[in-house]
Amino acid sequence: MEKIDKELLQQVAGLHEIPVGAYNIRKNGKSEGRKSTENIEITSKEEGGLEIRIKPGTKNESVHIPVIITETGVQEMVYNDFYVGENSDVLIVAGCGIHNSGDKTSKHDGLHRFFIGKNAHLRYVEKHYGEGEGTGERIMNPSTEVTIEENAVCEMEMVQIKGVNSSKRKTEARLGKNAKLTVTERLMTHGKQFVQSDMDIYLDGEGSSAQIISRSVGKDDSKQVFNPVAIGNNACRAHIQCDSIIMDNANIRSIPEIAANHRDAQIVHEAAIGRINGDQILKLQTLGLTPEKAEKVIIDGFLR
Amino acid sequence: MLEIKNLCFAVKEGETPLDIINDVSITVPDGKFIVITGPNGGGKSTLARLIMGLERPTSGKILYNGTDITDMSVTERAKLGIGYAFQQPPRFKGLTVRKILSIAAGKTLSEKESCAYLSRVGLCSAEYLKRELDSSLSGGEMKRIEIATLMARKPELAIFDEPEAGIDLWSFSMLVETFKQMQKEASRTTVIISHQERIMSLADEMIVIADGKVKSKGSGKDMLPQLMCEFSPCCGIKMPID
Repeated sequence: MEKIDKELLQQVAGLHEIPVGAYNIRKNGKSEGRKSTENIEITSKEEGGLEIRIKPGTKNESVHIPVIITETGVQEMVYNDFYVGENSDVLIVAGCGIHNSGDKTSKHDGLHRFFIGKNAHLRYVEKHYGEGEGTGERIMNPSTEVTIEENAVCEMEMVQIKGVNSSKRKTEARLGKNAKLTVTERLMTHGKQFVQSDMDIYLDGEGSSAQIISRSVGKDDSKQVFNPVAIGNNACRAHIQCDSIIMDNANIRSIPEIAANHRDAQIVHEAAIGRINGDQILKLQTLGLTPEKAEKVIIDGFLR
Repeated sequence: MLEIKNLCFAVKEGETPLDIINDVSITVPDGKFIVITGPNGGGKSTLARLIMGLERPTSGKILYNGTDITDMSVTERAKLGIGYAFQQPPRFKGLTVRKILSIAAGKTLSEKESCAYLSRVGLCSAEYLKRELDSSLSGGEMKRIEIATLMARKPELAIFDEPEAGIDLWSFSMLVETFKQMQKEASRTTVIISHQERIMSLADEMIVIADGKVKSKGSGKDMLPQLMCEFSPCCGIKMPID
């Protein structure tokens, strides 16, 4: 693997070497390596993209499916389907890293569909990262659709911290009886970057619950729009929390929305946008940090 | 040694300047335990903030170990060995108790080291290390963590702004014990703003600040009975203040 590949893989999947367990590494639109295991099968779909099937009862196994783009001008759209078998407990790490050193736009769009079986537990981590000295844009538009069956638990962590010029994120989840979803989204934009994150969470099953936590930092002239929506169609609980730190000339819109179609639905939302409190900087200065370092500590903590 | 010379701090109220600190001169010798007291709104907290550099004086000078620090930033003063515990410590979403203790100590603290600081302020430590300094902590917990943070910092000159505020009686007794230990450490100078008799009783020296001025000062032994007398109307001793 080349140095740039390794760095990108480290950023998006925390990988230092070839991962343990099942994996598929995609580079510049082609598969660079793949491994299925006894319980996790990765195959290519005829229409493009991957199908990942996790056998029922699979415990403590992981799937890594990082995508890296190192050539300028690569534009792709992938459709990956994940079938998480009943009673399984697995970790799926996805993510995309673009290194664009040219002047053409590199773009990765993807649709990930998850079908989580009864009593299964999925932890899904998705990191997006861009770098490169070129003038070409780095664009990522991820869509995620999740179906969570009875008693299943899905924890999603979606992170975009650096280097992506433009991103439209769309997440849709449907929860069955007693299903549980937590989504933690962490975003930072700088320069003239733009990010929009829409989420539609349908709480269809009795006893289902969802917690959506979105934390973002907007710097320079960047723009962010958040529109998480929770819809309670049964006796359920949901909580949406959007928290943003605004800096410089950034522009942030936060529009959490809740809807109830059942009298036993309990849904709460809260949203806050504000700049870093002066007292926070001063407090850290009294501990010997410079104002610049203090700001970094506050942002790193906030996006942790 | 901390020397405060003819310090003034005024804010503008409309067009008229309002004096908050008015020509205050104080010398704090090394290794002493100094308690500053006085009525609310008298300027005690402002004086402490001026020493740490959180506010800038209108005129006057502050010298620390002979160096003029009047124009130094908060960071520079912290690096010289001055530390400050806020009366109302700010909250941080995402920043953990363990992280702020490590920042204060200037190195990554082990779980055991972090716990030791928390135990000294009466917090059952292990469960607190991962907690965030956000609104899930009560005011009293925030205050105790603030005090532990300054202990982890180990400054040569530690300034505490009303450490007792918001702390329950049980924890307060433990806090007094902690301050007692500090008072014995000759290498450390402590300045505490307090209204509490049990903290005042530890003072090597006491300073009463009212209306932005030093109203009186003297040894803790002499001053405390006089001050207590002031609060007790049946006491026959002549008041030393004014």
